[in-house]
Amino acid sequence: MAKQIVFAITMLITLGVFTFTILRLISYFKFTKANFPIRNFGKRFKIMLEVAIGQKKIFRRPVIGFFHALVFWGFCVIIFGSIEMIIDGLFGIEKSLKVLGVLHNIIMASGDVFALLVAVSILVFLVRRLFMHISRFEGIEMKKISHQDANIALSMILLLMLSLMGMNASNVQLKLTAGETIYGIYPVGVMLAPILSRISVSGLKLAYEICWWSHILLIFIFANILPYSKHFHVFMSVPNTFLTHLEPLGKLTNMDDITREVKMMLDPNATFDAPAADAPISRFGVKDVEDVSWKNYFDSLTCTECGRCTSVCPANTTGKLLSPRKIFMDLRARMKEKGPGLVKVGKDFDDNKSYLRDYISEEELWACTTCNACAQECPVNINHPTLIVDMRRYLVMEENSAPSGLKTMFSNIENNGAPWQFSPEDRLLWAENLEIKVS
Amino acid sequence: METKKIEIPVMSDLFARGEKPEYLFWVGCAGSFDDRYKKVTRAFAKILTHLNISYAVLGKEESCTGDPARRAGNEMLYQMQALQNIAILNGYEVKKIITICPHCFNIFKNEYTDLGGNYEVINYIQFLDKYIENGSIKLDATMLGNTRITYHDPCYLGRGNDIYAEPRSILKKLTTDFVELERNKSFSYCCGAGGAQMFKEAEPGKKEVFIERTEEVLRSDAKIVATACPFCMTMLTDGLKYKNKEDVKNFDIAELIVQVLGI
Repeated sequence: MAKQIVFAITMLITLGVFTFTILRLISYFKFTKANFPIRNFGKRFKIMLEVAIGQKKIFRRPVIGFFHALVFWGFCVIIFGSIEMIIDGLFGIEKSLKVLGVLHNIIMASGDVFALLVAVSILVFLVRRLFMHISRFEGIEMKKISHQDANIALSMILLLMLSLMGMNASNVQLKLTAGETIYGIYPVGVMLAPILSRISVSGLKLAYEICWWSHILLIFIFANILPYSKHFHVFMSVPNTFLTHLEPLGKLTNMDDITREVKMMLDPNATFDAPAADAPISRFGVKDVEDVSWKNYFDSLTCTECGRCTSVCPANTTGKLLSPRKIFMDLRARMKEKGPGLVKVGKDFDDNKSYLRDYISEEELWACTTCNACAQECPVNINHPTLIVDMRRYLVMEENSAPSGLKTMFSNIENNGAPWQFSPEDRLLWAENLEIKVS
Repeated sequence: METKKIEIPVMSDLFARGEKPEYLFWVGCAGSFDDRYKKVTRAFAKILTHLNISYAVLGKEESCTGDPARRAGNEMLYQMQALQNIAILNGYEVKKIITICPHCFNIFKNEYTDLGGNYEVINYIQFLDKYIENGSIKLDATMLGNTRITYHDPCYLGRGNDIYAEPRSILKKLTTDFVELERNKSFSYCCGAGGAQMFKEAEPGKKEVFIERTEEVLRSDAKIVATACPFCMTMLTDGLKYKNKEDVKNFDIAELIVQVLGI
């Protein structure tokens, strides 16, 4: 009974802190802009199955992708064991899912095997991070804290898996020594159990309790560290793939308020529903966090800083300042900085800083070729180029700021309908003296 | 072998005669003004004539789609261009548009729809592939023989619109030695000109993007690098010049077809 009370209190604290964190994030979302409507549930579900559950894009780097897929799929099965542990903790019913019969055996066996597979994968990741020079883990945006973040999360997962394996092994040996029935199948547990064969029943019980508590407490702590780290993707990536922008990568979002203005210019007699006089005049493009869409912010919370986007960026790989990963890391950081003020003071809160310029420089933005290699590569379907173009929209339309070559291009299009200085009268010169051979 | 002069049909002339062509051939700014790329326009026009396609161009009424302005952030200018173009296209009751430039293709297909411009938009590579597959264009593969050819995916055909199979299908009929670049299809590496980069100086860095891609082309040991975009063509042709590798040629897929057809 004492165990159940302690467990219930710990779980309440965990849920309390977690709810606080999530509510705070939701309060930040209120300051973001509307975006595309969520329709086509069937198509979205399919994308989620392929990209998140099937790990389709992770496998674009087959070797290391395979290890990540093992970790992800491992989490998917181990979570059932965790649910069983929570039922045990709250109600004192051990192995409650055994009512599922064969299914329980399958769940327990795969969880047990995956614990080992995940542990091995995590070791591979740690070795890569600590001892190998992987260029995509470096970059101006990768501060010491980014690396610490990764190493802490990996270490915690490793401990989670070790405690799970210890729990299964001590459980198997305990039941063998005490001559009791083992519910579930534990291939790795059975393999490891002989190591513990000399320990007495009470010793095994203690070992089991220690592993059990370490595992569950690590889950509780991990769940509350996640939202503050890049590893929040554990929660965010599956929904983010569901919320993918369904249009082709080549498509940019139309600015409807510009359409209204342009139609007025082209046809002064056109009548439109005039916006209400007290409607706030919204900025063109993105300057700060309140100009981004909810999806941009969702993307920023989903980013795991894996750097696959940056590693394929033509600008970045030729030594330019632009790094697509930084665009989203900075958005998240800027919201963390400005969000509390917005919540407290309201949407007019101003700290004399902005996402554009204080975080992202113009030089970074103008280096993008909108080739979409970053968006194609992102394992969780983050879309970088649309946000980059949104910041360009602010620079051009609010500040008339652009590299001189682009300004020349603009005026050429305005004056003669082509990005170069050629007369429309010459548009058919290519067709002169054109002949075809006929046999 | 005789030659016949081609008169390019212009939409306003046809319309005055009460005729309505099946396709509008959207030439694009590079197709109209870029000296190198004009040859691609001529090549494609020859193929259209060869196939007896009912088509017309807008000629002097054509204007920039607004793509470079839009990607450089000038949404206002883009929409001005787009709405005026849509008015002209709808005035001629255009239903089907063929483009040679992937940027024009993308903007018609994906973005004009938001402004009331709804057309069946066909990229010339898809069009050519269709006429090769149905036997209307007969390719004599012995013409280029075993010349090694590689292909550089334009971002707005490939990643932008998932057109990967058609250009490869055509090129494999033109040569027995087609090779992929190291980074190809959805992994392809940009030429460096997209997103309005074509019209500005590159930001400071270690290298120019087009040099990086040209080096990859050279590593493939191909004699011909085929492209399907005016900007990719400018970048790779410049890259090959810069590297003094002018024995490696850059041709558009339409030009290769014209060479093989001998028209």
